[in-house]
Order: sequence, then C-alpha cells, then structure tokens
Amino acid sequence: MGIIQTKNLVFEYIRRDEEGNVEGFTRAVDNVNLDIKQGDFIAVLGHNGSGKSTFAKHLNAILYPTEGAVFVDGKNTTKKDNLWDVRRTAGMVFQNPDNQIIGQVVEEDVGFGPENMGVPTKEIWERVEESLKAVGMYEYRKHSPNKLSGGQKQRVSIAGVLAMHPKCIILDEPTAMLDPKGRKEVIRAVRALNQVENITVILITHYMEEVIYADKVVVMDKGRVAMEGTPKEIFSKVDKLKELRLDVPQVTLLAHELKKSGVKLPDGILTTEEFVKELSKVFGNR
Amino acid sequence: MLLVVDHVSCIYGADTNMPVAALKDINLVIKEGEFIGLIGHTGSGKSTLVQHMNGLIKATDGAIYFHGQDIYDGDFDKKNLRSKVGLVFQYPEHQLFEVDVFSDVCFGPKNLGLPKKEVELRAYKALKQVGILDEYFYQSPFDLSGGQKRRVAIAGVLAMEPEVLILDEPTAGLDPKGRDEILSMIKNLQKEMGITVILVSHSMEDVAEYVDRIVVMNKGEILFNAEPKEVFKHYKQLEEIGLAAPAVTYIMEKCKEAGIPVSTEPTTIYEAKQEILKVLVQRK
Repeated sequence: MGIIQTKNLVFEYIRRDEEGNVEGFTRAVDNVNLDIKQGDFIAVLGHNGSGKSTFAKHLNAILYPTEGAVFVDGKNTTKKDNLWDVRRTAGMVFQNPDNQIIGQVVEEDVGFGPENMGVPTKEIWERVEESLKAVGMYEYRKHSPNKLSGGQKQRVSIAGVLAMHPKCIILDEPTAMLDPKGRKEVIRAVRALNQVENITVILITHYMEEVIYADKVVVMDKGRVAMEGTPKEIFSKVDKLKELRLDVPQVTLLAHELKKSGVKLPDGILTTEEFVKELSKVFGNR
Repeated sequence: MLLVVDHVSCIYGADTNMPVAALKDINLVIKEGEFIGLIGHTGSGKSTLVQHMNGLIKATDGAIYFHGQDIYDGDFDKKNLRSKVGLVFQYPEHQLFEVDVFSDVCFGPKNLGLPKKEVELRAYKALKQVGILDEYFYQSPFDLSGGQKRRVAIAGVLAMEPEVLILDEPTAGLDPKGRDEILSMIKNLQKEMGITVILVSHSMEDVAEYVDRIVVMNKGEILFNAEPKEVFKHYKQLEEIGLAAPAVTYIMEKCKEAGIPVSTEPTTIYEAKQEILKVLVQRK
C-alpha cells in the first residue's frame, strides 16, 4: 500500500435552495481509485468543476468520503483518532498565498505548524531554518510576509507545511495567482522537495508546462479519473485533452500542428530540446 | 485620442517617512478601439496605473485626459468617467452578490439612475454579449461554474456601456478552455462593438495572441510600448525584470541555434508553424 490510497472514493453533497429544501445530490468525486507511492510526483489536471480540488481535500481529511475510503500512510481518514496523524503526514498548500499566512514575521509563520504540534522550542527553530532553506527563503526569515512577492509568499506557505515534516504535500493550484517568475520559483522549489527530500508531491494545476516533470499525470473529468499515465502518454493525446477543456504545453502543440501538416515528428514531445532534436532530424533528411 | 496619461506620477504615503513611488512620470496614449496588453511583474505598478485611468486613485503629479478633458478639473463628471472606463478587478466573481444573475448585472446601470426598462435592456444585452444563456438568468450566480461567474461579473461592467474596458487578469484560475473562451469573447467585444480594451496579464502567450500593442511596466515606469513582435525581441531584458517571451519565441531561438534557419520573430503557434513549414519547403 502506498503513502496515499483511495478505494472507490465517492463524494456527494446535497444541493439546497434558499429555504434549505433539498434540491438534489451532486456527485463531485465518483469512484476514484488511486495508489500513490512514497516519493512520487503526481500531477492532477482537470477543468474547473472536474472535481480535482474536492478530491484533494479528501487527502488530508478536510472532507470525508461519502462512500469508499481514503488511507493516508495506511490510516483511514474517517477515523477521528487518525486526524492528527493524517494532517501531519499530508500537508496542503492552497491557491491564494494571502489566505495562508498568519505570522507577522516569516519565521514565526513557518513555526506556527510545529508549535501547534507541541514540538520543543529548540527543534521548532531547527525545523524553521531547514524548511526556509529548502524553499530558498532563508534570507527573508526576518521579513514581514506582506512585503514579499506572490511567489515568495507561496514559498513561505510551502515552508510552513514542510516544518511539520510531512511525507506528502498536496498543492492546489499554487501558481494560479503568480507572475511567470513566481511560478517558476514555486515549481522549482516543489521539484527540489520531491527529488532531494523524497517528499511525495501531488500538484493540481491548470498550467500544462508545470506537469511535464511529473512521474504520473491524472486527468479528472466529472469527478472520475478520465486519463492516467506518464506526461508523454497524456500529452500525446492532444485532441482528447482539448475535449476535456485542457491543453498541452506550447511546444507539444506546435509539434502536433506540424505533424498534422505532414512533418514527420513523434507524438508527445514535451521539451524544447526534444523538439529541436526531432526537427533537426527532419531538416537534415531533406 | 480617447485617453491620455500625461506625465503621471503616483507616490503612496507621500506624507509619511516611507514614501513609495508607484508610478514615475508615465506617458501613455490610448486610441479608440485599441486592444492593449499591460504586462509587468507583481508590484510593477500595473494595477496602480489602471486605477488612475478611471479616477479611483488621484495622481500625485501630472494629468489624465479623457476625450480631451482633464479628469482632475473641478467640474469634470467623475461618475460618468467611471461608467465609461469600466474596470474588472481580479477574481471579479467574488463581487457577485445578488440573488440571481440578472439582478446582479442590473445593479450597475440601476445605480446610474436609468429607467427600469433601460436597465433591464442593458443587462440583457450585456449577458448576451458574454454568452450567458437565458436559462441561467434567474439562477443564483453562486451556482455557476468559475468561467460562467466570471462572464457574469464582466457583464456587470459591460451593462454600464463603457468605452474602455480594463481587465485585471481576467483568466486567472480558469482552465485552458475557459481561458480561451474568455479571451476570444473579449476580442469579440473589441472587434464587433469597438470597445477599447486594456488587458492586464501574466500570460505572454495570451498577450502575443490577442493584443495589438504591449505596454511593459517595471518599477513604476514604462519600459516598452510597442507591438508584440517588437517587444518580444527584447526577451532577455524582459527576463531580467521577471517576465518572459512566449514559449514559441524560445523554441524558435533554439531551432536557430541548432542550425535550422528559421526567423525568431513568430510569437504564436500559428506563426511558428507557418515559418517552420516555409523553411522545410525551401529546403526541399
């Protein structure tokens, strides 16, 4: 069993009108089975309303399954006794950095999590230091968070989660509100955590460029897993992705368009280097 | 000339011991019917600049002219300016509040003091322009999807019948299809209705695809003000200020470095495709 496992996960909520009368049920997550191994980098794609955020909220017991079960490090999230362990194992980072920072000083904010877990003071400071270093924000430890850029704030949020020593981090569109530079900083930090610290990463995003380094991509639609595979496998299916309101990285799209016009390029080109290599071959052969 | 920003400076906290110059001597001319992209990293002054354009912030120094009239003149009709220069903030759907979609869109024109019939006519027109179907008119705006909510919020501004529409990152948080839909809808408004559009964006790809002219802000100053091709030629400078060129520009650069004789001018997928095909054909 992996670090995170979902078994026939279903989540339904009741729609009510203004007077509180039941209007019907909506199935936001529909029979999702996933087994995520420790150290994996998983990307979750899906259009607005596809159920990806609702799914993610099950992974650290913000929401509980209507049917089926979620196991985090082997612990069932529905059991009350497991709550703290589950939240400690799987940390969550949200879209808006301003909603997640509470401290007046960066290092205080990062220390908030371990402090609440009852970690001894000396160790809190050690954890704060290592977490801030891991996301490249150590030199800002004495700064006020509201003077930081969006990307910096978001990295502080990630450090705040890291300081709780999770085995798994779930990031729900962490770059949606950032400029290109901030986006790069955050993704770089996340990849480093995955590769250096072997932390399991589950990244939910609308930016196709951010998922090309993932071990596996999961595409959701109508609460179900619509596609599952390596980035190469997923991005080879340009038309299917477009049907699901998604996209492919720009370089993949360009290769796809050229292929449609008769240029002999393989499917699923993900990086510029690959593209240049393949195009050089075509060019050389003429 | 629709809107002229003339030597505008803005200093936040000028009377404190920590003044911050958010805008420094900005000069900008916006003509009728243009589609302008405003880019710059977080904190470069984009939002401060657009808030000057409809009088939400008063310049510390300099002047702004709307249809040749100085908006800081004592007898200038500020209320009229705010309806003529419509500002759509980031995540505008957070500002929806009415019981149903139609009433929400009516709110703006109602506050202009227009007769009920006119208000409803405008709301209807605006909702049609953003592509909201009749069946949604009497639903709660909160039951709609993210992309739909955003359309409703934009309709709320359109119902004021603005001449200039300023949108602050209208596609943030939307899925790729939603992004395309919103942007082509905005392009349509510009083309069909002749509305002048200023698009604040972090996506170089979107800017390259849709706008006629790009204004690049950095540290409260205008760094570039030219058409997309011209601006993206300076991609190294853009990187230095935390921006980038569209992905396509980089692909073309790399191709050229590898000895494929392509031009590095293309900024959109379509242009890149045409360029590569052209080079391949010539080679034959």
